Amino acid sequence: MSRSQINKIKNLAFKFFAIGCTSVGLIVLLVLLYVVISQGFSRIDSDFITNLPSRMASKSGIYTALLGMVWILILTVCISFPVGVGAGIYLEEYGKKNRFANFIEVNISNLAGVPSIIYGILGLELFGRFLGFGNSILTGSLTLSLLILPLIIVSTREAIKAVPKSLREASYGLGATKWQTVWNVVLPSAFGGIMTGLILAVSRAIGETAPLIVIGALVYVPFAPTSPLDEFTVLPIQIFNWVTRPQAGFVTNAAAAIIILLTFTFMMNGIAVIIRNRFNKKTKF
Amino acid sequence: MYKLEARNVNLNYGEKHALKNISIGIESNTVTAFIGPSGCGKSTFLRCFNRMNDLIDNVKISGDILIDGRNVYKSKIDVDEHRKKIGMVFQKPNPFPKSIYENVIYGLRINGVRDKALLDESVERSLKQAALWEEVKDDLKKSALSLSGGQQQRLCIARAMAVEPSVILMDEPASALDPISTSKIEDLIYELKSKYTIVIVTHNMQQAARISDKTAFFYLGELIEYNQTVTMFTNPDKEQTQNYITGRFG
Repeated sequence: MSRSQINKIKNLAFKFFAIGCTSVGLIVLLVLLYVVISQGFSRIDSDFITNLPSRMASKSGIYTALLGMVWILILTVCISFPVGVGAGIYLEEYGKKNRFANFIEVNISNLAGVPSIIYGILGLELFGRFLGFGNSILTGSLTLSLLILPLIIVSTREAIKAVPKSLREASYGLGATKWQTVWNVVLPSAFGGIMTGLILAVSRAIGETAPLIVIGALVYVPFAPTSPLDEFTVLPIQIFNWVTRPQAGFVTNAAAAIIILLTFTFMMNGIAVIIRNRFNKKTKF
Repeated sequence: MYKLEARNVNLNYGEKHALKNISIGIESNTVTAFIGPSGCGKSTFLRCFNRMNDLIDNVKISGDILIDGRNVYKSKIDVDEHRKKIGMVFQKPNPFPKSIYENVIYGLRINGVRDKALLDESVERSLKQAALWEEVKDDLKKSALSLSGGQQQRLCIARAMAVEPSVILMDEPASALDPISTSKIEDLIYELKSKYTIVIVTHNMQQAARISDKTAFFYLGELIEYNQTVTMFTNPDKEQTQNYITGRFG
């Protein structure tokens, strides 16, 4: 066999290997979706969405969990967005680029890799006990905010870095202060990137279970939360609770709830993509 | 008194000694061209006049830069206020991703001007001065990014003039443009001379010869020769200048 034939075979072999690798992920995901949808899809109806949890599987609904999730979602965005973007702006625009800045940068990336249950323990101690918020929505949001702050900071910095230097120079050249430049030029141009990062971070937050279990989110909440200091549950915890029950009906419920949760996540990611495309078009340099 | 003056200016980028003891005096209402090969420090020197080098880390400057006799590197000077008096046009057209109108009034907006009539008037005057008014007067609300490169550059000139500076610094303003746009910019520079003091960095020797009154030749961070443009191009003092201008190096 000639040299070039061997090379061709190697090339082909690697191609199939790569296809195989890609398929593993896709097939697992497809199987998951198939199982979940075939089990749970028929269970989704308006009662399922609006019913409170119940001892009987067929009467159980996700109303409180869904409301809890929306509360958590909104509060988490309100807390993590200004703090994360503010920190990102400081590190990128104001902070001096020295060793200390490098140290901070590495550690923010490290924070993004800390297991979420550690954040749960921190949240329990700091917000739940020390600040006395108990196992409330506020404690949950604050904890999740801490969890996704590194992600938001990193994506804000990346978005700000992508704004061309020439635009900043134009603004400074006209006598703008740093704040005027950041507000009028940098942030509008980086907005798409920042929003994308925020939405992806938040869609991670609504899927989190471990830290919320640690801070004491309830698994059975027979009332709808009305204020940030109410106790709460969220969909992932509801799902977790249902799959641990022995009765078959609850497994169906869990499958149905998973479908709703996945729909939520897909929608958020979809919005992120749309925003990114829209702003990329608007601010092409 | 000189409009712009530099006395013994030295500048270091970290280890690199980028400007070596430069002194120069530029008179009011003239066009001065800075020429020299890439990396000779002419752009860096230009940026000393409006302290744009402050934006770069690790830059150390010594010596004096004076504008109307005032030292701009004195700590008491408010840098942002100082930059308002000096317009700057960059190598690559850099309009903001906003409308044409918003681009022109950016400098006024950050000064807190809100009066609509005043803003409208400034937009028309600046665009007329930049010879762009006739081309864009019907779509001032259109994005500045929809303009051609040459139009964008004239918009940037209009934007710089809207805050009514007395000096305009141009860093190779025509290097990214085609010959027709370039000649428009050159005509414009010639007209603006009556109102402004203009300093222009250029790689284009013919351009320097066409539009400038005086020319300064930089090489490796030193000011080699500074003289009337006519003298520089016909009978330079230094051999280095002669060689560069005739294209023997650089």
